[in-house]
Amino acid sequence: MFLAKVYVTLKKSVLDPQGVTVKHALDSMGYRLVDDVRLGKYMEIKIVSVDRKEAETLLREMCEKLLINPVIEEFRYDLEQK
Amino acid sequence: MKFGVVVFPGSNCDHDCHYVLNDVMKVKTDYIWHKRGEIKDYDCIVLPGGVSYGDSLRTGAIARFSPVMRALIEYAGRGGLLMGICNGFQILLEAGLLPGAMLRNTSLSFVCRDVWLRVENTKGPFTSSCKKGEILKIPVAHGEGNYYADEKTIKALEDNGRVVFRYCDELGMPSKLANPNGSVNDIAGICNGKGNVMGMMPHPERCSEKVLGSVDGKKLFESAINFLAG
Repeated sequence: MFLAKVYVTLKKSVLDPQGVTVKHALDSMGYRLVDDVRLGKYMEIKIVSVDRKEAETLLREMCEKLLINPVIEEFRYDLEQK
Repeated sequence: MKFGVVVFPGSNCDHDCHYVLNDVMKVKTDYIWHKRGEIKDYDCIVLPGGVSYGDSLRTGAIARFSPVMRALIEYAGRGGLLMGICNGFQILLEAGLLPGAMLRNTSLSFVCRDVWLRVENTKGPFTSSCKKGEILKIPVAHGEGNYYADEKTIKALEDNGRVVFRYCDELGMPSKLANPNGSVNDIAGICNGKGNVMGMMPHPERCSEKVLGSVDGKKLFESAINFLAG
């Protein structure tokens, strides 16, 4: 069994309205050292496989086909054997 | 002439679309359940607004894998008329039938109000009875209608006249206030290269009878019917 931890973020070229709003809130709270805020998604996916390569191939395929929209998003992941 | 309105779990403008087409426009219109794997004998299909699959993951992301979508891709490939309204537009984007993607509205608010649209393209079937530059008043109701595509894609859309509607003020001028969601270039609706697939965020089915305050939406359905009638 593998546990995939997938981090989905908006591409750098895409403006993140939620991140901008959170940044403004932090500014108004006095956190002057905050330069930028970007929001994203975190997913945990359990994959029933004993083969890391197979799990990784499936994971990348699922990300590209469904979990992210490549027009606006990118992803990275950690894959842990359980 | 036969129209179809696709129903996904969570569609909620399907009845409005069906009513306008069937009862106001008087064209035979069927509901098409999203599990249907074959689309035959239809002249025009509408993907209605709503919250398909509860907007899980991303708007339209799950609906694009419904069996009906494969049939609709074939149908659109054969030149069949396909119109996506609001969530229907989001589904067309996720399915790759139209380019780009939707981001959260820059205001982060769900925006539900009348907007003004300038008709930019009258060659396509859904605006064939409109005048170029005509101003229409049609309501929007969405939280994710902030249309985005990379610069190259936007340029290709603009250069090829594939922007069908643009948000504007009452006089037809673009302005920040008139754009309800932050869409790039004030884009409210686009079409594919052939023009037979069109997506738009505003809801023409909500303003197709006098009693609703505007009949501007009716012009789009009239256009499609006139286009089909040749």
